[in-house]
Amino acid sequence: MEMTSYSSPKGGFVATSANQFLGWGRKYSLFLYPFITACCGMEYMSAACSHYDIDRFGAGLPRFSARQADLLLVAGTITEKMAPVLKQVHEQMCLPKWVMAFGVCTCTGGFYDNYAVVPGIDRIVPVDIYVPGCPPRPETVLDGLIKLQEKIQNSEHSLT
Amino acid sequence: MDQNSILDRVKKEFPDLVLETHSRLGQDTVIISKSGIVEIARFLKEDEKLKFNMLADLTAVDYWKEKPRFEVVYHFLSMENKLRLRVKARVEESDCEIPTLSGLWPGANWYEREVFDMFGIRFTGHPDLKRILMYPDFEGHPLRKDYPKTRHQPLVEYRELNLHGNENTTTSRKKEND
Repeated sequence: MEMTSYSSPKGGFVATSANQFLGWGRKYSLFLYPFITACCGMEYMSAACSHYDIDRFGAGLPRFSARQADLLLVAGTITEKMAPVLKQVHEQMCLPKWVMAFGVCTCTGGFYDNYAVVPGIDRIVPVDIYVPGCPPRPETVLDGLIKLQEKIQNSEHSLT
Repeated sequence: MDQNSILDRVKKEFPDLVLETHSRLGQDTVIISKSGIVEIARFLKEDEKLKFNMLADLTAVDYWKEKPRFEVVYHFLSMENKLRLRVKARVEESDCEIPTLSGLWPGANWYEREVFDMFGIRFTGHPDLKRILMYPDFEGHPLRKDYPKTRHQPLVEYRELNLHGNENTTTSRKKEND
């Protein structure tokens, strides 16, 4: 974020643009909804716990109501039977909202190339960041999160 | 009872219903005609020397282009006598049904629903034969060899994918709304 600091004898202040300020605020306070259906959930847990500590990036507070979340973190295989649930959860989230496809099953369906599994959750909901891997290492997850934060910082924000 | 003598005993008891037996790597198998499944299963369960008190598995195989096409496979376990037995029965595609075992082992109920769901084999006398894994609107039976490998039956309409352009994500959609 571009900022200019000013100081005077009566106190300092910072000037920036509203767009950049909102982006900065939003990228460091992601409330995530962990939509976990399979083994990638274990990898999410290790990314979230103290060793890798996703909270360092401001995404440490999982909300188990979609209405309180900004980031839908879809980890695990999404079957055709589960797809309506995922779509409904995504619709329940308030704007602005982002979606992370966590693991190769959510990115493309992975090796489940069959009748039962959705070939990538982008067929159901719009996806902002794809984190491949089976499952992805916690480093990959954090890298994906940082890339998502860059995307949030560089996108248009409005107060309405 | 000795593991080897199960086959002889079943053969002697049901000479008309048992078509073939074989034993390999300690796994005894009886191939029977499907009309005798309940009778033989009751004998296996209730005979004092066998007491197959557990139905360990019930599944099916699709031998596409063979006749008869399907084979229903039962795995029985006697926890009391430490015995195992596999029973197989062939099922024709034109007469795709076999009597249920849910009256003998309540656990057969869901196994048979799964076999019905995946292969379309009907179990006559089953109390509630409906799909168990796939959704009710699903057409066909996915583990049949003639089910197209790439056929999906989505419950929600798939989005159009534009893999090389801008995806319709939150950011770009907000611009459209402004």
